[in-house]
Amino acid sequence: MLAMNFRGPFQIRADRNRPEPEIKHPMDAIVRVTRSLICGSDLHLYHGMVPDTRVGMTFGHEFTGIVEAVGSEVQKLKVGDHVLVPFNIACGSCPHCKQELYGNCHEANPEATAVGGFFGYAHTGGGYDGGQAEYVRVPYADVSPTILLEGMDLENAVLLTDVVPTGYQAAEQAGIQKGDTVVVFGAGPIGLMAARFAWFFGAGRVIVIDELDYRLEFARKFSFAEAYNFREMNDPVVFLKKATDYFGADVCIDAVGCEASGHAWQTISGKSLLMQAGTATAFHWAVNSVKKGGIVSIIGVYGPPWNLAPLGSIMNKGLTIRGNQASVKRLLPKLIDHIMSGRINPKEIITHRFPLEEIPDAYRMFSKKLDNIIKPLLIPSRANASFA
Amino acid sequence: MLMKNALEDRIAAGQDRIIAQRNMARAADIPGWGLDADPDNDPTYPMKHSNGADHERLNYEKAPQQPLDMEILHSIERPGVTRVFGTSTPPIGLSGAIRRFAYKYSEATATHWMTLILADRVDTIQGKLTDLMHGILPNPWVERGWRAEWKHNRAGFIGRTATTALLLTAGILLLKRKKKNKYQLSNR
Repeated sequence: MLAMNFRGPFQIRADRNRPEPEIKHPMDAIVRVTRSLICGSDLHLYHGMVPDTRVGMTFGHEFTGIVEAVGSEVQKLKVGDHVLVPFNIACGSCPHCKQELYGNCHEANPEATAVGGFFGYAHTGGGYDGGQAEYVRVPYADVSPTILLEGMDLENAVLLTDVVPTGYQAAEQAGIQKGDTVVVFGAGPIGLMAARFAWFFGAGRVIVIDELDYRLEFARKFSFAEAYNFREMNDPVVFLKKATDYFGADVCIDAVGCEASGHAWQTISGKSLLMQAGTATAFHWAVNSVKKGGIVSIIGVYGPPWNLAPLGSIMNKGLTIRGNQASVKRLLPKLIDHIMSGRINPKEIITHRFPLEEIPDAYRMFSKKLDNIIKPLLIPSRANASFA
Repeated sequence: MLMKNALEDRIAAGQDRIIAQRNMARAADIPGWGLDADPDNDPTYPMKHSNGADHERLNYEKAPQQPLDMEILHSIERPGVTRVFGTSTPPIGLSGAIRRFAYKYSEATATHWMTLILADRVDTIQGKLTDLMHGILPNPWVERGWRAEWKHNRAGFIGRTATTALLLTAGILLLKRKKKNKYQLSNR
Protein backbone atom coordinates (compact mmCIF):
# COMPACT_ATOMS: atom_id res chain seq x y z
CA MET A 1 0.00 0.00 0.00
CA LEU A 2 0.97 3.65 -0.24
CA ALA A 3 2.01 5.24 3.04
CA MET A 4 4.22 7.92 4.44
CA ASN A 5 7.65 6.55 5.41
CA PHE A 6 9.84 8.60 7.78
CA ARG A 7 13.50 8.50 6.70
CA GLY A 8 14.99 10.92 9.25
CA PRO A 9 14.55 14.58 10.15
CA PHE A 10 13.17 16.64 7.24
CA GLN A 11 13.07 13.59 4.97
CA ILE A 12 10.03 11.47 4.23
CA ARG A 13 8.93 9.23 1.40
CA ALA A 14 5.60 8.42 -0.19
CA ASP A 15 6.29 4.69 -0.22
CA ARG A 16 4.19 2.36 -2.37
CA ASN A 17 5.71 -0.80 -0.89
CA ARG A 18 4.49 -0.62 2.69
CA PRO A 19 2.82 -3.78 4.00
CA GLU A 20 -0.90 -3.53 4.67
CA PRO A 21 -1.79 -3.60 8.38
CA GLU A 22 -3.20 -6.75 9.98
CA ILE A 23 -5.54 -7.46 12.87
CA LYS A 24 -3.17 -7.97 15.81
CA HIS A 25 -5.71 -8.05 18.63
CA PRO A 26 -9.35 -9.19 18.83
CA MET A 27 -10.50 -5.61 19.47
CA ASP A 28 -8.74 -4.20 16.37
CA ALA A 29 -10.23 -2.88 13.15
CA ILE A 30 -8.55 -2.16 9.83
CA VAL A 31 -9.67 1.12 8.31
CA ARG A 32 -9.21 2.35 4.74
CA VAL A 33 -8.31 6.01 5.08
CA THR A 34 -10.57 8.50 3.31
CA ARG A 35 -9.10 11.75 4.60
CA SER A 36 -6.02 12.50 6.66
CA LEU A 37 -4.48 15.68 8.00
CA ILE A 38 -0.99 16.80 8.92
CA CYS A 39 -0.99 18.20 12.43
CA GLY A 40 1.31 20.95 13.69
CA SER A 41 2.57 18.41 16.21
CA ASP A 42 3.58 16.11 13.33
CA LEU A 43 6.12 18.79 12.50
CA HIS A 44 7.87 18.14 15.83
CA LEU A 45 8.38 14.56 14.62
CA TYR A 46 9.40 15.73 11.14
CA HIS A 47 11.96 18.08 12.69
CA GLY A 48 13.45 15.27 14.81
CA MET A 49 12.46 16.76 18.15
CA VAL A 50 10.49 13.85 19.66
CA PRO A 51 12.62 11.08 21.19
CA ASP A 52 12.20 7.52 19.84
CA THR A 53 10.93 8.53 16.41
CA ARG A 54 12.14 5.57 14.38
CA VAL A 55 13.06 5.46 10.71
CA GLY A 56 10.39 3.58 8.78
CA MET A 57 7.44 4.78 10.83
CA THR A 58 4.22 6.19 9.33
CA PHE A 59 2.88 9.35 10.99
CA GLY A 60 -0.67 10.65 11.11
CA HIS A 61 -3.15 10.85 13.98
CA GLU A 62 -6.01 12.74 12.30
CA PHE A 63 -7.99 10.60 9.88
CA THR A 64 -11.34 9.27 8.80
CA GLY A 65 -11.87 5.96 7.06
CA ILE A 66 -14.05 3.05 6.10
CA VAL A 67 -13.91 -0.11 8.20
CA GLU A 68 -12.48 -2.93 6.07
CA ALA A 69 -12.08 -5.67 8.70
CA VAL A 70 -12.80 -6.15 12.39
CA GLY A 71 -11.37 -8.42 15.09
CA SER A 72 -13.38 -11.19 16.76
CA GLU A 73 -14.38 -9.09 19.79
CA VAL A 74 -15.47 -5.94 17.96
CA GLN A 75 -19.23 -5.54 18.39
CA LYS A 76 -20.25 -1.97 17.60
CA LEU A 77 -18.37 -1.32 14.36
CA LYS A 78 -18.99 -3.31 11.23
CA VAL A 79 -17.35 -3.56 7.84
CA GLY A 80 -18.39 -0.63 5.66
CA ASP A 81 -18.93 1.88 8.48
CA HIS A 82 -17.44 5.29 7.73
CA VAL A 83 -15.79 6.51 10.92
CA LEU A 84 -13.81 9.37 12.32
CA VAL A 85 -11.00 8.06 14.48
CA PRO A 86 -9.98 10.19 17.48
CA PHE A 87 -6.23 10.53 17.84
CA ASN A 88 -6.30 8.99 21.35
CA ILE A 89 -6.07 5.21 21.51
CA ALA A 90 -8.16 4.35 24.57
CA CYS A 91 -9.23 1.07 26.17
CA GLY A 92 -12.38 2.55 27.72
CA SER A 93 -12.05 0.56 30.95
CA CYS A 94 -8.93 1.64 32.85
CA PRO A 95 -9.40 4.14 35.73
CA HIS A 96 -8.39 7.07 33.50
CA CYS A 97 -10.77 6.17 30.67
CA LYS A 98 -13.56 5.58 33.20
CA GLN A 99 -13.09 9.18 34.30
CA GLU A 100 -13.22 10.36 30.68
CA LEU A 101 -9.49 11.05 30.47
CA TYR A 102 -9.26 9.24 27.14
CA GLY A 103 -6.00 10.96 26.30
CA ASN A 104 -4.37 9.32 29.31
CA CYS A 105 -5.30 5.66 28.83
CA HIS A 106 -3.26 3.25 30.95
CA GLU A 107 -3.41 0.37 28.46
CA ALA A 108 -2.28 1.85 25.17
CA ASN A 109 1.36 2.86 25.43
CA PRO A 110 4.03 0.53 26.81
CA GLU A 111 6.94 2.83 26.04
CA ALA A 112 6.05 5.95 28.05
CA THR A 113 3.85 6.17 31.13
CA ALA A 114 3.65 9.97 30.88
CA VAL A 115 2.07 9.82 27.45
CA GLY A 116 -1.14 8.20 26.19
CA GLY A 117 -1.34 6.04 23.09
CA PHE A 118 -1.58 7.97 19.81
CA PHE A 119 -1.60 6.97 16.19
CA GLY A 120 1.62 7.65 14.30
CA TYR A 121 3.35 9.55 17.05
CA ALA A 122 6.73 7.86 17.59
CA HIS A 123 7.31 5.07 20.08
CA THR A 124 6.95 7.75 22.73
CA GLY A 125 3.27 7.65 21.67
CA GLY A 126 3.04 3.84 21.69
CA GLY A 127 4.69 2.80 18.41
CA TYR A 128 1.54 2.70 16.28
CA ASP A 129 1.69 3.41 12.56
CA GLY A 130 -0.58 6.30 11.66
CA GLY A 131 -3.17 7.40 9.18
CA GLN A 132 -1.05 9.13 6.54
CA ALA A 133 -1.50 5.91 4.61
CA GLU A 134 -4.10 4.02 2.62
CA TYR A 135 -4.87 1.64 5.50
CA VAL A 136 -4.35 1.75 9.24
CA ARG A 137 -4.78 -0.59 12.19
CA VAL A 138 -7.17 0.85 14.80
CA PRO A 139 -6.94 -0.78 18.27
CA TYR A 140 -9.88 -0.77 20.71
CA ALA A 141 -12.15 -0.19 17.72
CA ASP A 142 -15.36 -0.16 19.76
CA VAL A 143 -14.23 2.62 22.10
CA SER A 144 -13.38 5.84 20.29
CA PRO A 145 -14.09 5.56 16.55
CA THR A 146 -17.36 7.28 15.79
CA ILE A 147 -19.63 6.62 12.82
CA LEU A 148 -20.16 9.70 10.67
CA LEU A 149 -23.62 11.21 10.86
CA GLU A 150 -25.57 11.46 7.65
CA GLY A 151 -24.90 14.80 6.02
CA MET A 152 -21.73 15.41 7.97
CA ASP A 153 -19.07 17.05 5.84
CA LEU A 154 -16.05 14.77 5.56
CA GLU A 155 -13.56 17.60 6.03
CA ASN A 156 -15.32 18.73 9.20
CA ALA A 157 -15.37 15.10 10.36
CA VAL A 158 -11.62 14.66 9.99
CA LEU A 159 -11.03 17.91 11.89
CA LEU A 160 -13.06 16.43 14.76
CA THR A 161 -10.37 13.79 15.32
CA ASP A 162 -8.01 16.33 16.90
CA VAL A 163 -8.00 20.02 15.91
CA VAL A 164 -11.53 20.92 16.94
CA PRO A 165 -11.60 19.09 20.30
CA THR A 166 -8.03 20.12 21.11
CA GLY A 167 -8.83 23.80 20.46
CA TYR A 168 -12.05 23.45 22.44
CA GLN A 169 -10.33 21.82 25.40
CA ALA A 170 -7.69 24.56 25.42
CA ALA A 171 -10.50 27.04 26.06
CA GLU A 172 -12.44 24.74 28.39
CA GLN A 173 -9.51 23.95 30.69
CA ALA A 174 -8.73 27.68 30.82
CA GLY A 175 -11.86 28.16 32.97
CA ILE A 176 -12.99 31.21 30.97
CA GLN A 177 -15.70 33.25 32.68
CA LYS A 178 -18.11 35.69 31.03
CA GLY A 179 -16.32 38.92 30.17
CA ASP A 180 -12.79 37.50 30.55
CA THR A 181 -9.91 38.75 28.48
CA VAL A 182 -8.32 35.72 26.83
CA VAL A 183 -4.90 35.79 25.16
CA VAL A 184 -4.03 32.96 22.76
CA PHE A 185 -0.38 32.52 21.79
CA GLY A 186 -0.13 31.00 18.33
CA ALA A 187 -2.40 31.41 15.30
CA GLY A 188 -1.89 27.89 13.98
CA PRO A 189 -4.91 25.59 13.58
CA ILE A 190 -5.17 24.88 17.33
CA GLY A 191 -4.74 28.51 18.34
CA LEU A 192 -7.35 29.61 15.81
CA MET A 193 -9.78 27.04 17.12
CA ALA A 194 -9.06 27.86 20.80
CA ALA A 195 -9.63 31.57 20.09
CA ARG A 196 -12.90 30.84 18.32
CA PHE A 197 -14.15 28.62 21.15
CA ALA A 198 -13.14 31.16 23.82
CA TRP A 199 -16.27 33.08 22.73
CA PHE A 200 -18.40 29.98 23.38
CA PHE A 201 -17.39 30.27 27.03
CA GLY A 202 -18.38 33.94 27.13
CA ALA A 203 -15.04 35.69 26.67
CA GLY A 204 -15.18 39.48 26.63
CA ARG A 205 -12.02 39.88 24.56
CA VAL A 206 -9.92 37.45 22.56
CA ILE A 207 -6.41 38.49 21.60
CA VAL A 208 -4.19 36.33 19.36
CA ILE A 209 -0.40 36.75 19.21
CA ASP A 210 1.74 35.33 16.38
CA GLU A 211 4.53 36.35 14.01
CA LEU A 212 2.92 35.55 10.66
CA ASP A 213 0.70 38.30 9.27
CA TYR A 214 -1.34 35.98 7.04
CA ARG A 215 -2.26 33.86 10.05
CA LEU A 216 -3.11 36.93 12.12
CA GLU A 217 -5.39 38.10 9.34
CA PHE A 218 -7.03 34.66 9.36
CA ALA A 219 -7.48 34.90 13.16
CA ARG A 220 -9.35 38.18 12.73
CA LYS A 221 -11.77 36.60 10.28
CA PHE A 222 -12.16 33.04 11.54
CA SER A 223 -11.78 33.60 15.29
CA PHE A 224 -13.21 37.14 15.46
CA ALA A 225 -10.10 38.00 17.48
CA GLU A 226 -7.89 41.02 17.86
CA ALA A 227 -4.60 39.84 16.38
CA TYR A 228 -1.11 41.26 16.84
CA ASN A 229 2.35 40.48 15.52
CA PHE A 230 4.94 40.17 18.27
CA ARG A 231 7.65 41.11 15.75
CA GLU A 232 6.25 44.64 15.94
CA MET A 233 6.72 44.75 19.71
CA ASN A 234 9.79 45.28 21.83
CA ASP A 235 8.28 43.12 24.52
CA PRO A 236 5.01 41.21 24.09
CA VAL A 237 4.52 41.07 27.86
CA VAL A 238 4.61 44.86 28.17
CA PHE A 239 2.25 45.13 25.20
CA LEU A 240 -0.23 42.73 26.77
CA LYS A 241 0.00 44.37 30.18
CA LYS A 242 -0.76 47.75 28.64
CA ALA A 243 -3.55 46.25 26.54
CA THR A 244 -5.15 44.81 29.69
CA ASP A 245 -5.09 47.98 31.81
CA TYR A 246 -1.75 46.90 33.36
CA PHE A 247 -3.73 44.17 35.12
CA GLY A 248 -2.91 41.14 33.00
CA ALA A 249 -5.16 38.86 30.98
CA ASP A 250 -7.62 36.70 32.89
CA VAL A 251 -6.55 33.68 30.89
CA CYS A 252 -3.59 32.84 28.64
CA ILE A 253 -3.51 29.85 26.30
CA ASP A 254 -0.21 28.48 25.02
CA ALA A 255 -1.11 27.02 21.64
CA VAL A 256 2.46 26.97 20.34
CA GLY A 257 4.50 24.45 22.30
CA CYS A 258 8.08 23.43 21.71
CA GLU A 259 8.91 25.28 18.50
CA ALA A 260 8.07 28.85 19.47
CA SER A 261 10.04 31.74 18.02
CA GLY A 262 10.71 35.08 19.65
CA HIS A 263 13.48 34.54 22.18
CA ALA A 264 17.08 33.96 21.07
CA TRP A 265 18.29 32.01 24.11
CA GLN A 266 15.22 29.76 24.12
CA THR A 267 15.75 29.08 20.41
CA ILE A 268 19.44 28.27 20.80
CA SER A 269 19.05 26.14 23.93
CA GLY A 270 15.80 24.48 22.88
CA LYS A 271 15.87 24.06 19.12
CA SER A 272 19.52 24.24 18.11
CA LEU A 273 21.24 22.48 21.03
CA LEU A 274 18.29 20.42 22.36
CA MET A 275 19.40 21.33 25.91
CA GLN A 276 15.69 21.58 26.74
CA ALA A 277 12.64 20.03 25.09
CA GLY A 278 12.25 22.81 22.56
CA THR A 279 11.56 26.44 23.27
CA ALA A 280 9.27 27.51 26.10
CA THR A 281 8.93 31.09 24.85
CA ALA A 282 5.13 31.12 24.55
CA PHE A 283 4.77 29.59 28.00
CA HIS A 284 7.01 32.28 29.52
CA TRP A 285 5.00 35.00 27.85
CA ALA A 286 1.76 33.37 29.06
CA VAL A 287 2.92 33.18 32.68
CA ASN A 288 4.13 36.76 32.62
CA SER A 289 1.11 38.20 30.78
CA VAL A 290 -1.65 36.59 32.83
CA LYS A 291 -3.12 38.36 35.87
CA LYS A 292 -2.29 37.35 39.43
CA GLY A 293 -4.48 34.36 40.27
CA GLY A 294 -5.02 33.77 36.55
CA ILE A 295 -5.03 30.58 34.55
CA VAL A 296 -2.56 29.38 31.95
CA SER A 297 -3.80 26.62 29.67
CA ILE A 298 -1.12 24.61 27.88
CA ILE A 299 -2.28 22.87 24.73
CA GLY A 300 0.92 23.24 22.67
CA VAL A 301 3.04 20.11 22.64
CA TYR A 302 6.31 19.95 24.55
CA GLY A 303 8.83 17.11 24.48
CA PRO A 304 9.28 14.83 27.47
CA PRO A 305 12.62 15.70 29.11
CA TRP A 306 12.24 19.22 30.56
CA ASN A 307 11.85 22.92 29.88
CA LEU A 308 13.00 26.00 31.71
CA ALA A 309 9.90 27.36 33.43
CA PRO A 310 9.40 30.53 35.52
CA LEU A 311 8.36 28.66 38.67
CA GLY A 312 8.91 31.68 40.92
CA SER A 313 6.40 33.76 38.97
CA ILE A 314 3.90 30.91 38.93
CA MET A 315 4.08 30.63 42.71
CA ASN A 316 4.21 34.35 43.48
CA LYS A 317 1.30 35.14 41.17
CA GLY A 318 -0.79 32.24 42.44
CA LEU A 319 -1.35 30.86 38.97
CA THR A 320 -3.18 27.76 37.95
CA ILE A 321 -1.49 25.86 35.15
CA ARG A 322 -3.64 23.34 33.30
CA GLY A 323 -2.81 21.12 30.37
CA ASN A 324 -3.66 17.80 28.81
CA GLN A 325 -4.08 16.03 25.53
CA ALA A 326 -7.65 16.52 24.39
CA SER A 327 -10.12 13.90 25.53
CA VAL A 328 -11.69 13.62 22.08
CA LYS A 329 -14.34 11.01 22.84
CA ARG A 330 -15.65 13.04 25.79
CA LEU A 331 -16.03 16.18 23.70
CA LEU A 332 -17.36 14.71 20.46
CA PRO A 333 -21.12 14.85 21.16
CA LYS A 334 -21.02 18.55 22.06
CA LEU A 335 -18.73 19.47 19.16
CA ILE A 336 -20.67 17.49 16.58
CA ASP A 337 -23.73 19.43 17.74
CA HIS A 338 -21.92 22.77 17.36
CA ILE A 339 -20.92 21.83 13.81
CA MET A 340 -24.21 20.32 12.71
CA SER A 341 -26.03 23.36 14.14
CA GLY A 342 -23.87 25.64 12.00
CA ARG A 343 -22.26 27.52 14.89
CA ILE A 344 -18.81 26.73 13.55
CA ASN A 345 -17.53 25.45 10.21
CA PRO A 346 -14.03 24.16 11.04
CA LYS A 347 -13.12 23.20 7.48
CA GLU A 348 -12.56 26.87 6.70
CA ILE A 349 -9.06 26.36 8.13
CA ILE A 350 -8.13 23.76 5.49
CA THR A 351 -6.19 25.80 2.98
CA HIS A 352 -4.36 23.09 1.01
CA ARG A 353 -5.35 19.67 -0.32
CA PHE A 354 -2.71 17.17 -1.50
CA PRO A 355 -2.86 13.66 -2.94
CA LEU A 356 -1.10 11.30 -0.51
CA GLU A 357 1.62 10.78 -3.13
CA GLU A 358 2.72 14.40 -2.61
CA ILE A 359 3.14 14.13 1.14
CA PRO A 360 6.81 15.28 1.18
CA ASP A 361 5.74 18.54 -0.48
CA ALA A 362 2.90 18.95 2.01
CA TYR A 363 5.25 18.53 4.99
CA ARG A 364 7.81 20.94 3.56
CA MET A 365 5.18 23.59 2.84
CA PHE A 366 3.63 23.24 6.29
CA SER A 367 7.01 23.27 7.99
CA LYS A 368 8.21 26.36 6.11
CA LYS A 369 4.78 28.07 6.17
CA LEU A 370 4.81 28.44 2.39
CA ASP A 371 1.95 29.73 0.25
CA ASN A 372 0.03 31.03 3.31
CA ILE A 373 -0.67 27.48 4.43
CA ILE A 374 -2.77 26.93 7.54
CA LYS A 375 -3.91 23.31 7.47
CA PRO A 376 -2.98 20.68 4.86
CA LEU A 377 -5.31 17.79 4.01
CA LEU A 378 -4.19 14.51 2.41
CA ILE A 379 -6.38 12.46 0.11
CA PRO A 380 -5.36 8.86 -0.63
CA SER A 381 -6.19 7.74 -4.16
CA ARG A 382 -8.25 4.81 -2.82
CA ALA A 383 -10.29 7.13 -0.63
CA ASN A 384 -13.13 7.68 -3.05
CA ALA A 385 -13.57 4.05 -4.02
CA SER A 386 -16.79 3.42 -2.14
CA PHE A 387 -18.44 6.48 -0.71
CA ALA A 388 -20.50 9.18 -2.29
CA MET B 1 18.32 47.24 20.30
CA LEU B 2 14.88 48.55 21.14
CA MET B 3 12.49 49.24 18.28
CA LYS B 4 11.19 52.80 17.93
CA ASN B 5 7.42 53.23 17.83
CA ALA B 6 6.83 49.61 18.79
CA LEU B 7 3.28 48.29 18.96
CA GLU B 8 3.13 48.72 22.73
CA ASP B 9 3.86 52.45 22.28
CA ARG B 10 1.08 52.83 19.74
CA ILE B 11 -1.86 51.33 21.65
CA ALA B 12 -3.92 53.27 24.14
CA ALA B 13 -4.02 52.16 27.77
CA GLY B 14 -7.24 51.73 29.76
CA GLN B 15 -9.13 50.10 26.91
CA ASP B 16 -9.44 46.51 28.11
CA ARG B 17 -12.82 46.67 29.84
CA ILE B 18 -14.20 49.11 27.26
CA ILE B 19 -13.42 46.64 24.46
CA ALA B 20 -14.75 43.70 26.47
CA GLN B 21 -18.03 45.51 27.20
CA ARG B 22 -18.37 46.51 23.56
CA ASN B 23 -17.81 42.89 22.48
CA MET B 24 -20.34 41.56 24.96
CA ALA B 25 -22.91 44.08 23.74
CA ARG B 26 -22.64 42.57 20.27
CA ALA B 27 -22.48 38.97 21.54
CA ALA B 28 -25.44 38.01 19.37
CA ASP B 29 -23.22 38.55 16.31
CA ILE B 30 -20.70 35.97 17.51
CA PRO B 31 -21.98 32.43 16.78
CA GLY B 32 -22.10 30.34 19.93
CA TRP B 33 -21.18 33.20 22.30
CA GLY B 34 -21.59 32.13 25.93
CA LEU B 35 -23.29 28.87 24.97
CA ASP B 36 -20.87 26.71 26.96
CA ALA B 37 -20.20 29.22 29.74
CA ASP B 38 -20.08 27.54 33.11
CA PRO B 39 -19.53 29.51 36.33
CA ASP B 40 -18.44 26.28 38.03
CA ASN B 41 -15.62 25.82 35.56
CA ASP B 42 -13.06 27.57 37.70
CA PRO B 43 -9.64 26.06 38.31
CA THR B 44 -10.88 23.84 41.10
CA TYR B 45 -13.58 22.31 38.93
CA PRO B 46 -12.54 18.78 38.13
CA MET B 47 -12.40 18.33 34.42
CA LYS B 48 -12.24 14.62 34.83
CA HIS B 49 -15.40 12.82 35.73
CA SER B 50 -14.28 11.80 39.23
CA ASN B 51 -16.04 8.58 40.16
CA GLY B 52 -13.55 6.84 42.43
CA ALA B 53 -12.05 4.75 39.64
CA ASP B 54 -8.59 5.98 40.65
CA HIS B 55 -8.92 4.12 43.92
CA GLU B 56 -10.00 0.94 42.19
CA ARG B 57 -6.68 1.03 40.35
CA LEU B 58 -5.98 -2.56 39.36
CA ASN B 59 -9.53 -3.88 39.58
CA TYR B 60 -10.66 -2.90 36.14
CA GLU B 61 -11.71 -5.18 33.36
CA LYS B 62 -8.69 -5.57 31.15
CA ALA B 63 -8.75 -6.31 27.45
CA PRO B 64 -7.08 -9.52 26.25
CA GLN B 65 -3.31 -9.27 25.83
CA GLN B 66 -2.06 -8.61 22.31
CA PRO B 67 0.35 -11.46 21.47
CA LEU B 68 3.92 -10.43 22.11
CA ASP B 69 5.43 -11.74 18.89
CA MET B 70 8.10 -9.09 18.45
CA GLU B 71 10.50 -7.10 20.59
CA ILE B 72 8.63 -4.30 22.37
CA LEU B 73 10.60 -2.08 24.71
CA HIS B 74 8.65 -0.80 27.66
CA SER B 75 9.11 1.86 30.30
CA ILE B 76 10.54 0.52 33.55
CA GLU B 77 7.88 2.59 35.27
CA ARG B 78 5.34 -0.08 34.41
CA PRO B 79 5.47 -3.84 35.04
CA GLY B 80 5.17 -4.95 31.42
CA VAL B 81 3.66 -4.03 28.09
CA THR B 82 0.15 -2.60 27.78
CA ARG B 83 -2.76 -4.75 26.55
CA VAL B 84 -2.28 -3.35 23.06
CA PHE B 85 0.80 -1.77 21.55
CA GLY B 86 2.10 -0.53 18.24
CA THR B 87 4.07 -2.89 16.05
CA SER B 88 5.78 -0.32 13.89
CA THR B 89 9.55 -0.51 13.48
CA PRO B 90 10.93 -2.79 16.23
CA PRO B 91 14.44 -1.93 17.49
CA ILE B 92 17.12 -2.98 15.03
CA GLY B 93 20.91 -2.80 14.63
CA LEU B 94 23.06 -0.30 16.47
CA SER B 95 20.17 2.14 17.03
CA GLY B 96 18.18 -0.74 18.52
CA ALA B 97 21.03 -1.55 20.92
CA ILE B 98 21.15 2.10 22.01
CA ARG B 99 17.37 2.09 22.53
CA ARG B 100 17.59 -1.05 24.68
CA PHE B 101 20.13 0.77 26.84
CA ALA B 102 17.87 3.86 27.07
CA TYR B 103 14.92 1.80 28.26
CA LYS B 104 16.92 0.63 31.30
CA TYR B 105 16.39 4.13 32.70
CA SER B 106 13.17 5.73 33.85
CA GLU B 107 11.32 8.54 32.09
CA ALA B 108 12.53 10.82 34.88
CA THR B 109 16.12 10.66 33.63
CA ALA B 110 18.00 12.58 30.97
CA THR B 111 19.84 9.35 30.15
CA HIS B 112 16.59 7.81 28.91
CA TRP B 113 15.48 10.63 26.64
CA MET B 114 18.80 11.94 25.36
CA THR B 115 19.96 8.40 24.57
CA LEU B 116 16.78 7.89 22.57
CA ILE B 117 17.52 11.07 20.61
CA LEU B 118 21.02 9.68 19.92
CA ALA B 119 19.44 6.40 18.78
CA ASP B 120 17.17 8.35 16.41
CA ARG B 121 20.17 10.03 14.77
CA VAL B 122 22.00 6.70 14.42
CA ASP B 123 18.79 5.23 13.00
CA THR B 124 18.77 7.90 10.29
CA ILE B 125 22.25 6.81 9.14
CA GLN B 126 21.21 3.16 9.42
CA GLY B 127 18.16 3.91 7.29
CA LYS B 128 20.29 5.49 4.57
CA LEU B 129 22.64 2.49 4.51
CA THR B 130 19.67 0.11 4.31
CA ASP B 131 18.25 2.15 1.43
CA LEU B 132 21.56 1.93 -0.42
CA MET B 133 21.75 -1.82 0.17
CA HIS B 134 18.32 -2.11 -1.45
CA GLY B 135 19.40 0.06 -4.37
CA ILE B 136 17.35 3.07 -3.24
CA LEU B 137 19.28 6.28 -3.80
CA PRO B 138 18.50 9.40 -1.75
CA ASN B 139 16.20 11.79 -3.59
CA PRO B 140 16.20 15.04 -1.59
CA TRP B 141 14.41 16.91 -4.38
CA VAL B 142 11.30 14.87 -3.68
CA GLU B 143 11.81 13.47 -0.17
CA ARG B 144 12.85 16.75 1.42
CA GLY B 145 10.13 18.64 -0.40
CA TRP B 146 12.59 20.86 -2.26
CA ARG B 147 10.29 20.59 -5.27
CA ALA B 148 7.58 22.43 -3.32
CA GLU B 149 10.04 24.99 -2.01
CA TRP B 150 11.26 25.63 -5.58
CA LYS B 151 7.68 26.32 -6.58
CA HIS B 152 6.64 28.51 -3.66
CA ASN B 153 9.84 30.04 -2.28
CA ARG B 154 12.30 30.05 -5.17
CA ALA B 155 14.30 33.08 -4.04
CA GLY B 156 14.69 31.73 -0.51
CA PHE B 157 15.60 28.30 -1.81
CA ILE B 158 18.25 29.63 -4.19
CA GLY B 159 19.63 31.91 -1.47
CA ARG B 160 19.91 29.09 1.04
CA THR B 161 21.42 26.68 -1.48
CA ALA B 162 23.96 29.30 -2.59
CA THR B 163 24.90 30.07 1.03
CA THR B 164 25.34 26.37 1.81
CA ALA B 165 27.43 25.87 -1.34
CA LEU B 166 29.61 28.89 -0.48
CA LEU B 167 30.16 27.71 3.08
CA LEU B 168 31.02 24.20 1.90
CA THR B 169 33.46 25.53 -0.71
CA ALA B 170 35.08 27.84 1.84
CA GLY B 171 35.38 24.93 4.28
CA ILE B 172 36.99 22.67 1.68
CA LEU B 173 39.41 25.39 0.58
CA LEU B 174 40.35 26.07 4.21
CA LEU B 175 40.99 22.40 4.84
CA LYS B 176 43.11 22.12 1.67
CA ARG B 177 45.12 25.18 2.69
CA LYS B 178 45.74 23.80 6.16
CA LYS B 179 46.85 20.50 4.67
CA LYS B 180 49.22 22.30 2.27
CA ASN B 181 50.72 24.40 5.10
CA LYS B 182 51.24 21.29 7.19
CA TYR B 183 52.97 19.58 4.23
CA GLN B 184 55.24 22.59 3.66
CA LEU B 185 56.14 22.78 7.36
CA SER B 186 56.96 19.09 7.51
CA ASN B 187 59.20 19.47 4.42
CA ARG B 188 61.33 22.24 5.97
